[in-house]
Order: sequence, then structure tokens, then C-alpha cells
Amino acid sequence: MTTWVPASAWREALTDRVAAATPPSGHPAGRVVTLFGRREGDELVVTAVIERGGVLETLRTRMPAADGYHSMTEEVPALHAFERELHEQTGVAVRGHPWLKPLRFEGGGGQAAMRTYPWYTVEGRDVHEVAVGPIHAGVIEPGSFRFMCLGERVLHLEIQLGYQHRGVEQLLRSGDSRRLTPLVETIAGDSTVANAWAHALAIEQLAGVGVSRETELSRAVLLELERVGMHLASLAGLATDIGHLQGASTYGRLRTTVINTSMRLCGSRFGRSGVRPGAPAYAFGADQRGALQSALELLGRDVPVIDDRFLSDISVQHRLGGIGVVSAARAKEIGLIGVAGRASGQDLDQRVHRADLYPNLLPEVEPGGDCLARTRVRMREIHASLGWLRAVVESRAGWPRARASIGLLAPSSMGVAVVEGFRGEVVHCMETDASGALVHYKVQDPSLQNWLGLALCVRGGAISDFPICNKSFDLSYCGQDL
Amino acid sequence: MLRSLRVRLAQGRQFVPDLRTARPAGFRGRPEISASPCAAGCTVCREECPTDAIRIDPVAIDLGRCTFCGLCEEICPSGRFTFTPDPRLAARTPEGLIVREGVQPAVARDPDLARIFGRSLKLRQVSSGGCNACELELNALANVNFDVQRYGIEWVASPRHADGLVLTGPLTANMRDAVRLAWDAMPDPRFVVSVGACAISGGLYRGSPTLDRTFLGEARPVLLVPGCPPHPLTFVHAILDLLGVR
Repeated sequence: MTTWVPASAWREALTDRVAAATPPSGHPAGRVVTLFGRREGDELVVTAVIERGGVLETLRTRMPAADGYHSMTEEVPALHAFERELHEQTGVAVRGHPWLKPLRFEGGGGQAAMRTYPWYTVEGRDVHEVAVGPIHAGVIEPGSFRFMCLGERVLHLEIQLGYQHRGVEQLLRSGDSRRLTPLVETIAGDSTVANAWAHALAIEQLAGVGVSRETELSRAVLLELERVGMHLASLAGLATDIGHLQGASTYGRLRTTVINTSMRLCGSRFGRSGVRPGAPAYAFGADQRGALQSALELLGRDVPVIDDRFLSDISVQHRLGGIGVVSAARAKEIGLIGVAGRASGQDLDQRVHRADLYPNLLPEVEPGGDCLARTRVRMREIHASLGWLRAVVESRAGWPRARASIGLLAPSSMGVAVVEGFRGEVVHCMETDASGALVHYKVQDPSLQNWLGLALCVRGGAISDFPICNKSFDLSYCGQDL
Repeated sequence: MLRSLRVRLAQGRQFVPDLRTARPAGFRGRPEISASPCAAGCTVCREECPTDAIRIDPVAIDLGRCTFCGLCEEICPSGRFTFTPDPRLAARTPEGLIVREGVQPAVARDPDLARIFGRSLKLRQVSSGGCNACELELNALANVNFDVQRYGIEWVASPRHADGLVLTGPLTANMRDAVRLAWDAMPDPRFVVSVGACAISGGLYRGSPTLDRTFLGEARPVLLVPGCPPHPLTFVHAILDLLGVR
């Protein structure tokens, strides 16, 4: 559903929908899933996607670009990253934003601009700064972290990103339809399936293409394998960072089993080419079902053994418990989503709105908000996803591989899709012009909103806790930098 | 203690006994081009390839651009393309990555590198716009399955300790200075390895105005490891062949 509102009513329309008080319609309070803008001549076209009770509403307005955009971050802090991005991508002045800093140094300036990042400074006789990155000590993507500390205690952490900016959205908009799916698969390689599925849903909406239940099931199978595989990778990393070698090696080899299963299904350990618009992109017959079943048997047997060992270890409990806390109130305020949000009591998982595929699924919520809570959410989600996959195997579902062509896209329309990847909501919005050509493509990785959660959770903690906090969030650099 | 033993019992032996003979089941790896003739005037593979990796007359795939999506195999009316599970894909030069009928990529031993690094090689990985798929696969080399340390190959944290710089991603402008700093910090003798279609050719990002690939013109890679991402075994074969390790 798309609602156009006049510029003068924009602020009220948006704040009304996210207000805590129940509006007369009886709707629950809404949440801004994404907000972005694009230039159209002298005008700024702003789009917000709002979720209320599982229903998505697209709220839009247009205003003269010269008038600028009035920030709402003071009232709704969860909007801060969206408005910074809007400013960076459209060049339109955003007034009243308390933290209007570069998000990814998109367009112009390049290195010279990156060196002039306006770091927040803390002054005092014993205050010192620790700069880390952009290149880190492991085989990992780049990003710059600056800690302002008093002794070992962190007063403030600021995160400068943008090093990975490759111009994904510009390339998606360039009109080469051959490249759409391969490109979205590389937005964040660890979320290949989530992005490919979101893209497929958005373009199928625009093309008016309905897909079979088997098509959607084929995507969900790969997505749950992606979730289990990446949660295991996160747990392996966390175990490494706290020196728990048995956890590191065991979670690592269990992930191998999972991603090798994805490879058996679609030829790629990352689910590449496993999702294509219109039809199932891989066959799921007796061979594939058998491969999945034997992987599930192994995982069902071995995962609980290492989980039990890991969680019952006093040193693990001590190292993760109470570290890097984001309270439920703070999580709600800053719009934390995905695993990090659920570990801070946020009851958000887009899969619950797909009861056709995920009957009986409930978000795995933990109240603690610390590193241990984020660990437990991952463990519980692995367990739930394995159970879901087992049910698919037992249902004897199967499908052949098929190839579908996506016809012309509807003119002057917008396709919006939200998929719950392993990290959280992956959002794809595609808009066409009057001729049906793509005029805008907006991509959003959940890391965009969640990096602030990481920055806030280390405040007041020891600087040596940072690697654990970072790993417990396991956010994407390239997904945010695009 | 008992829990620890249970994990140990469940773990068993996980290492791949021989990385040189292992063939990953289901992997879409080295393409082969058959001798059967193309349908008259047919250019569908070249037109549909998302990275323009295919040439015609004679039919050839540039593995430096290929993302191994498998589309050409699917749409070719003459069945000229077959992707095999063979992980041996690397070459020393861009020309070496062109696969034609009866031609496979291969990595020749470098006598100097073999003599210096054949028994101990320290690598520093830098991602410059990589999507984390190549990075995860390179990380996997050090897990208990692939255990590349068995060959004396290790990832190191500091470029000061590194012999080789392993680059992933299409090389973004925003990482230009950091890549240069890492390279400048490495002591001689040193060399560069490009991993993945993005690093080798720009891949899907070729031509994006956000890139700055001048570094690769100055420090020419001695090894190109194709894939999107490359399988860990692809990297293993490439580096062992370069060093002349059996």
C-alpha cells in the first residue's frame, strides 16, 4: 500500500504512525523499516516504509529540494542513519539533525574526504584515544574505530565506515538487467540468499509475476542454511575471541557441513545462483533431500553437544555475561533489529509474517541485551532453523529446476520486499518510471541501523571487551557501505 | 570434563586428508568447453553473461571475470559449457585464465618464490570492497577441515610479518591509501595475490566510478585465484603450485 502525503503533512504523517499511542484505527505503533530519498529535478522524493502489525505501508512525499529536509531524529532517534544517508545521497540539506556525519563517503571527495572525518572528541587530562583500523588484525573487512578512553574504560566509541563503498546501488540502477541478481548476491556475501530473495520478491511485485509455493520454499531452504551457517561462523568467531578453542574448532567444522550442503543443492557454498526471480533455481529431488537429511542428522546430533559444553563453561559465562549491554528501552529507541534487537527484548522477526512458509515460528527473544544474550539467540535460532529444515525433508517436498522470464515492469510503481536474513531485515525497494524503467534501487542491510548499537554497548566497559562485543553483533561492513 | 570429552568424541577427525585430491561434491568449478559446434550465428551466451566473460570464435571463458553463475551452461543450445567440480582454476597471468576447448588454467612454479617461501609463507589479507564471501573462504583455509597450516602457510595480523599480500574486492577508492600503507609496510621479498573475480578484473564492479585500481598496475599480482568466491581448495592448489609444493 502506497500513500502519498503533501510535504506540509509529512512530519505529522510519519510521527503519527510511529507514535506509541494507539491511533483511532486500532493499529499498533508503527516502526520505520527504511526511509530514503532521491532527486527528481528540483524536487526531493522521500519514501518511508512503515511496518505496523506485520503490514507494510509505503509513505511518500515530494518537496522542493532547495527547501531542505527537516530532521526528525531528535524525536525518533531510530531515523538517524536514514537521514544521514538521505543527505549524503541527495545532497539536500537536512536541518536539525544532531549527528549529521558522513555515512559511507559516497560520491566525490574520496580519500581526501575520508581523512577529514569529523571525529567526536573528548577532552580531559587523562583522556586518551585509541584508533583501530581500517585494516584489522584478522581476515576481515575494513572499518575505522576510535575509542575515547579514561584508562581502560571506554567513554565513547565512534565508528567510521565507507571503505567498502563500491557503488552497488548506482550499478543496480544502471539498467543492465543481466547483472541484477549477481550484483545483489554480492551486497553482503554472507547474506547472499537474503538479498537475492528480497530482490526476487521486489522485481516479481513490479512485474506482476506470481510464484509457486515450491519457488518460495526453495528460497527459504537456502536462507535457513545461510542462517545456520553464519550463526555457526559467529559462534566460532566468538569462541576464538575468548580463547575457547574447542568451541572455535567445533563450530567452524559444523559450518563446513552446512555450507557444503548449500553447495550440494545449488553449486555454491554461499547459495549463489540458488535464487532467481520467477522459479526455483535449483532442483530438490531425492538426492538433494538425502544430502540435506544426512547433514541435518549430523548437526542435530553434534550442535547440542558443543552448545552444552560452551554455555556450561563458567569462564564463557563470566566472559560474555553482563558485557556489552543494550537495554530493551535503548534498543527500541535506536531501532535495533535482527539478532541484536531480539537479544535486547525486541520481538521482531520478519519470518513471522510469512506463516505460509514458517508456520508456528516465534521470534527468539532474550531480555538480557548482553553478549551472552546475543550468543543464546544465535544458538536458539540454529536449533529452530534445523527443526524447520527437518520438517521440509519430512514433508517430502520437492521441485524441479525451472527458468522463468520476468516480463516488463509495471510503470510508475514501487516494489518493496523485506527478508529476515541471519543478521536481520534485508530491505530492497525498486521503483520504475513512467516507461517501466528502473529509476531507483534502494538496498538496506540491517547493519545500517545496528552499528550504533555496537558503539553504545561498549560505553563504560573495558576496551578489551570490544572484540567480543563486535563479534557478538557480527555486523556487515560491505552491507552498510554498499 | 565429561562435556569436553563428549565434544571430542563427536568431533572425530575432521581434516581433509589430502587437499590435492579432494573434489568438492556439487561445486561449480572449472568449466570445460566441448568440441561440438555452436548453432549457426548463436551468441546467446555472450549476450547473457552478466560479467561479459565469454568470447565467441572460438568460444572462451575468461575466469578472471566469471562469477561461476552457471548461466551459460544452462542456456547454451549446443551444450558447449560444462562446469566440473575441479577446483583448479588459478593462473599467473590474465591470459592464463582464458579457458578454451581443450585448454585448462595452470599455475607454473616460480623458482625464486619456491626457494624462499616453499616451506614457510606468511600472508596478510586485505579486503578492499570484498563482500565477505572471499574473506570467509580465505578464513576457512585455517579451519580444522582445510588446515592449510600443515604446509607452513599462515595468516598474520601485521603486514610487517607478511610475505604475501592477498587482496580481495574490486579495490575501492576509499581503501586506496590503506592498501598502499599495508603494502609499504611489508618487507622485501614480497608479492601480491588477487583473489576473486572482483580483485582480478573488477568483476561485477568493473567500471564503477567508486574504484581505484591503480595499485594493481604498480604491484602486479603474481597469482590470480578466480571464483565468486573461490573455493578454499582453489586457493590451496594455486599457492602450492606457485611454490612447487607437491
